[in-house]
Amino acid sequence: MKYSGFKIIKEALTGHRGWGPAWRSPDPSSEYDYIIIGGGGHGLATAYYLAKEFKQSKIAVLEKGWIGGGNVGRNTTIIRSNYLLDGNEPFYEFSLKLWEGLEKELNYNAMVSQRGILNLIHSDAQRDAFIRRGNAMLLNGADADLLSKEQIQKRYPFLNTDNARFPVKGGLAQHRGGTVRHDAVAWGYARAADSYGVDIVQNCEVTGFKIEKGICVGVDTTKGFIKAKTVGACVAGSSSRLMQMAGMRLPIESHVLQAFVSEGLKPILPGVITFGAGHFYCSQSDKGGLVFGGDIDGYNSYAQRGNLPVVEDVCEGGMAIFPMLGRVRLLRMWGGIMDMSMDGSPIIDKTDISGLYFNGGWCYGGFKATPASGWVYAHLLATKEPHKTARSFRFDRFSKGLMIDEKGMGNQPNLH
Amino acid sequence: MIINHPLLGPRDSSEFVYLGDANLINRPNWQEDSAVRQFVDYGYLRDNTAGLHRELWFHEYGDRSWLVVTRDTVSHEIKEVRLASDVATEEGR
Ligand SMILES: Cc1cc2nc3c(=O)[nH]c(=O)nc-3n(C[C@H](O)[C@H](O)[C@H](O)COP(=O)(O)OP(=O)(O)OC[C@H]3O[C@@H](n4cnc5c(N)ncnc54)[C@H](O)[C@@H]3O)c2cc1C
Repeated sequence: MKYSGFKIIKEALTGHRGWGPAWRSPDPSSEYDYIIIGGGGHGLATAYYLAKEFKQSKIAVLEKGWIGGGNVGRNTTIIRSNYLLDGNEPFYEFSLKLWEGLEKELNYNAMVSQRGILNLIHSDAQRDAFIRRGNAMLLNGADADLLSKEQIQKRYPFLNTDNARFPVKGGLAQHRGGTVRHDAVAWGYARAADSYGVDIVQNCEVTGFKIEKGICVGVDTTKGFIKAKTVGACVAGSSSRLMQMAGMRLPIESHVLQAFVSEGLKPILPGVITFGAGHFYCSQSDKGGLVFGGDIDGYNSYAQRGNLPVVEDVCEGGMAIFPMLGRVRLLRMWGGIMDMSMDGSPIIDKTDISGLYFNGGWCYGGFKATPASGWVYAHLLATKEPHKTARSFRFDRFSKGLMIDEKGMGNQPNLH
Repeated sequence: MIINHPLLGPRDSSEFVYLGDANLINRPNWQEDSAVRQFVDYGYLRDNTAGLHRELWFHEYGDRSWLVVTRDTVSHEIKEVRLASDVATEEGR
């Protein structure tokens, strides 16, 4: 069924009896050409592009809970392509271009809103670093704009630009960045993949791999054994737990990241603002809530909830840059489990087990990567070759010294 | 989270800095033939356990001692706290 304005009017006049379910709920077959483990944004996008762009069939997505229940439904919805390094920037710019056409592509309203993202600058050294980053973005075909303090004050008159410790001296803006309704991304990809015949199997946890003579021939699940020619793992924060069943140790630690939303307010914040020095970033949802967050809690966790010191730290950062926040009430807070990699960048690669592939290590920034991650992973699964924008996301970069470390923090996941 | 420091008693976890898996105490021997391989594993691969996890915390805003904390990564419950120097001695480091 195609969604359209016309369809809405027709349904409104005929008692909304013509809407069907957006995707089927099939029982799994006994065998597939492709099994994708994990029905998050990346898994669903992978299945969609496998079917649509790479013309593959007999594809299943196995999800242990319900689709959209993982990080794809927990993130703070920011999309951008403001990276510095060659291994990253072409990939994220490819992703941003896919976001720009996504709603037409999927025939689904994902509320892609290019309202712009602004990273604040507080010192001369930071300005130099951001100019360098902006130039790297421009060289890779992205947009970047260095704003002065006056330009920022004009657009965001409520910002505390004269804080004694962190005065605002300018900012690096990416006007094509913005926000996207996160769960609509999961639903949109699910519906589109389903229309190409992909089986989306919810409440189906993968509990083991069947590996014979170094070849992965299928997976054990809570719905029985399923045979597969190609298996793609795509489970974000659960990556280490899953791959351990295939005997692998990963360059990943799982950490909790918290997010917060305030009561609904009138429109006050037109774009996304990041105050990195104060561990705070914020945007306003279309419902009016201020959506904000900060750093990860910083210790290994699978708990999907964080602790109070970070809540305090984030709120202090918010108050410092955004003093009018003081009387706003917090409505909800939650946490998600991040697959923090050793250099802060992702891995999309084959494994030493034939037929078994891995996608993970997204840290706190995998939502913006969803369309490109799905595309390049489908490329890898279908052609067995990495996509040209994802050649650096390899497992062996750690042993070869080819880390993609945007922040230059080294092998300390809680600092990325 | 409250970390029950063996010398100072219960302290808020925000006084500490987190390093990671306590296996980092077992630094490989650089003179072994397989040292390069071992250092790659030591530096980059982690068990990343869901459940009981032995980990290193540094009392940065306190007595600056290193602790080995055994904590459940699913519930955040802390089961045991020991001085890292005691643990290292016991493990023959
Ligand atoms: C609070 C927070 C804020 C964030 N903010 C941003 C942001 O502003 N911008 C941005 O780009 N990124 C952000 N991120 C990161 C982003 O959400 C993730 O990197 C991304 O969603 C991960 O990919 P995914 O959608 O496929 O993961 P998920 O949605 O987590 O999908 C993985 C799925 O695998 C399933 N699974 C796990 N184990 C198994 C198994 N054994 N068998 C079957 N299924 C299994 C899980 O149930 C889950 O549904 C944020 C994350 C959090 C938590």
